[in-house]
Amino acid sequence: MTTSSEKSGVVVAKGLLRFITCGSVDDGKSTLLGRLLYDAGVVPDDQLAALAGDSRRLHADAGDVLDFSLLTDGLDAERQQGITIDVAYRYFHTVRRSFIVADCPGHEQYTRNMATGASNAELAVVLVDARKGLLTQTRRHSFICGLLGIRQVVLAINKMDLVGYDETVYDEIVTQYRELAPELGIEQVHYLPVCALSGDNVGARSSRMPWYRGPSLLELLESIDIAVAGASDFRMPVQWVNRPDHSFRGYAGTICGGRVARGDEIVVQPGFQRARVERVVSPEGDVDAAEIGQAVTLCLDREIDVTRGDVIADALHAAPVADQFTCHLLWMGDVPLMPNRTYWLKVGTRTVNARVMSIKHKVDVNTQAKLATRHLELNEVGYCTLGLDADIAFEPYNVNRTLGGFILVDRENHATVACGMLDFALDRSANVHWQHLDIDKSVRGASKNQRPLCLWFTGLSGAGKSTIANLVERRLHALGFHTYLLDGDNVRHGINKNLGFTPEDRVENIRRIAEVAHLMVDAGLIVLVSAISPYESERRAARELFEPGEFFEVFVDATVEECEARDAKGLYRKARAGLIRNFTGIDAPYERPQAPDIHLVTAGRRAEQMAEQVAERIPAI
Amino acid sequence: MTTSLLPARSHLDDLEAESIFIFREVAASFQRPVMLYSIGKDSSVLLHLLRKAFYPARPPMPLLHVDTTWKFREMIAFREQVAAAGDLDVLVHINEEGLRQGVSPLTHGATVHTDVMKTAALKQALDKYAFDAAIGGARRDEEKSRAKERIFSFRNAQHRWDPRNQRPEFWHTYNTHVSKGESVRVFPLSNWTELDVWLYIQRENIPVVPLYFAKPRPVVERDGALIMVDDDRYALREGEMAQMREVRFRTLGCYPLTGAVESSADTLDKIIEEMATSRSSERQGRVIDQDPSASMERKKQEGYF
Repeated sequence: MTTSSEKSGVVVAKGLLRFITCGSVDDGKSTLLGRLLYDAGVVPDDQLAALAGDSRRLHADAGDVLDFSLLTDGLDAERQQGITIDVAYRYFHTVRRSFIVADCPGHEQYTRNMATGASNAELAVVLVDARKGLLTQTRRHSFICGLLGIRQVVLAINKMDLVGYDETVYDEIVTQYRELAPELGIEQVHYLPVCALSGDNVGARSSRMPWYRGPSLLELLESIDIAVAGASDFRMPVQWVNRPDHSFRGYAGTICGGRVARGDEIVVQPGFQRARVERVVSPEGDVDAAEIGQAVTLCLDREIDVTRGDVIADALHAAPVADQFTCHLLWMGDVPLMPNRTYWLKVGTRTVNARVMSIKHKVDVNTQAKLATRHLELNEVGYCTLGLDADIAFEPYNVNRTLGGFILVDRENHATVACGMLDFALDRSANVHWQHLDIDKSVRGASKNQRPLCLWFTGLSGAGKSTIANLVERRLHALGFHTYLLDGDNVRHGINKNLGFTPEDRVENIRRIAEVAHLMVDAGLIVLVSAISPYESERRAARELFEPGEFFEVFVDATVEECEARDAKGLYRKARAGLIRNFTGIDAPYERPQAPDIHLVTAGRRAEQMAEQVAERIPAI
Repeated sequence: MTTSLLPARSHLDDLEAESIFIFREVAASFQRPVMLYSIGKDSSVLLHLLRKAFYPARPPMPLLHVDTTWKFREMIAFREQVAAAGDLDVLVHINEEGLRQGVSPLTHGATVHTDVMKTAALKQALDKYAFDAAIGGARRDEEKSRAKERIFSFRNAQHRWDPRNQRPEFWHTYNTHVSKGESVRVFPLSNWTELDVWLYIQRENIPVVPLYFAKPRPVVERDGALIMVDDDRYALREGEMAQMREVRFRTLGCYPLTGAVESSADTLDKIIEEMATSRSSERQGRVIDQDPSASMERKKQEGYF
């Protein structure tokens, strides 16, 4: 340990390097990482003493050899407890650099965990067992690294002692990986023969492999240059509008591309407003300029409307703007991806509603084969088209991670269900503009002497939705209102003829009904929708198509037992007999509305009474 | 081409920028954020970053100190200085029920004292003010279970942490959505090490409690730890004697539970030099961590910071 004080000195010259290690325990990953920490001189004495004791206890026959894998035993403890294997972060300094290592699990079922580690890393150390060469998992790890934008890889070919330090074994693996790397988007690879157990080429260069003339792993990590991605045009997502009083108005954010200087002309995207930068306020006070990675506050020379989520960009080289994209998606939800369901999408500091319009294919993480699919399940990667409900300023992920990387959040339970990497904007969205029309909804409604709105009846099959909706419509019609009843069964004979009853199709079924209802409300009608609409998420998406006060959710609340006892159409009997699959209430879920506008508990009440209750809520204008 | 004329950025600049981003994300995304202020060196760094993140505005959140009534007197004096600066509100919460029951580390032991006066007290305060985001100074290099925790770490309505069901975190794109009653704990210093904290304190000239600097202090050796006798409540046992020794503290907490280390580091330079050659872990002086029935992971699940 004579090198400790020298190695853990405090002069840190080369900034911070964030890297990940991938490989499985069998490859000797824990040993390599433990050895690296030891050689860097950052293992405290109390831990080292514990390590010596544990090593002796576990390997009585090995004398005083230290088992370095025990230094990273946080993960082993997790395994024993059966906790989901998570990324473990480790930190160390040498005189030349500071390091953050994300120690990533290697098994396929932990793909999402590896991806989280990779998302903030600039470099990956991929481990290969020299005896086994490139394995399926090497391919998978390299693919995920490439997918998440890691361009530099150190391929550590381990256990060289077990192949007699043979250069030809090393050369063979290097040749194979040279073919693989470019396919996966990995631009630069450093090859390194190591023996983690004995420390050869880990901290210091080994004399056992004189044919290798390169640096040791630690030397390599200390000296490697990382090209800064996105070092091109100025981009800054606005995080916070800083306005303590009328004398100061600044836009706070972290620069994610290029640099900005006082006097520069900028544009606030996705809009087109331009201004000049009057002040650049850094954590150290006012400065002339700032660049990528810095958290600053910009003051502009004129008052324009800027809010959180906007992107301030170089006016001459603005970011592209679109609302439809192709993207890679890594699914992480326990429930599979539902195309056409609305999720929250967060990119940079902006949050918008988004839905996956189609899954073009999924990518087998092991072979990179493209496979047709309608689902995307936990840990699967898909190439998808994505539609947003608003324009965003973006960059392709391989140009800028901040403006091209996004997460999807489930709107009901708030789980992070996917991460995605934007690829291209779809031209069709850029070329289809919203046509402004002079006659609008209020004009159309006024000519009918009514306020257009939508009554959305939800409930189990046989609850009485259509019966009640029908009575409500008759009553409204008698009062002179202009109405239309969209019945879930009836639309399945026409516009939704091509949809079945799988969860995916139910989502699309409700989306179309909601869009049609929306058009009819726009036409000035009072629209009644009667559809089971079993998912909270889709009912909510339907509501969001309408203006406040325009949409009424009517929950026709009957128990499964009541509906089954009634069973006017004989559907429950068939479902119980297994003749109908995916039947709501039997083998498909119904999510009860949490806060319906009108709640009709059907037990012991006549349909006419309930229709009256609904009709009373219709306001005249 | 944009050839940079700006000075090369150090790793402290990167860590600072990351932390400021996190502070701003909290302020922009939550209704009622708060910064947990424990008066230690990490809290000093947090407070400095909080001010920087929103300069020239006042920080848009208050500080909350959960006072166990057993903190070093110098810590409380330091807190009052911070409050006197007047640029932010410093809320102090004490578990009055625990106080009435006479819960203390001396009579009830470290575990009960911490459960009642720290963990339960914190939950009381979070409920009382309905905070939906609480920022803390925990670092991942401190302890194994912290190494696994997210930067935005979700808590259910009972303030519990579920280590098996954490939200995956990508880039700096944090999922900040919570329902009513739920909350997040946020750790802007997650990626800092103890050494980074001291280097930053030095670079930025940040005030810290004088207890971090070595000086002769009255200490008594009990159960292998050097405990500073800070007031009369600490009754000496038979055969024990307070003696003046040159000591300092690497972490600060309740004085009967916080062991001092022998040291002559009485300046920042010396502390940093000591750190660079230090061969022991930071939290070894914490009596509470060594109680096996009270692992950090268990305490955290129950709502400890």
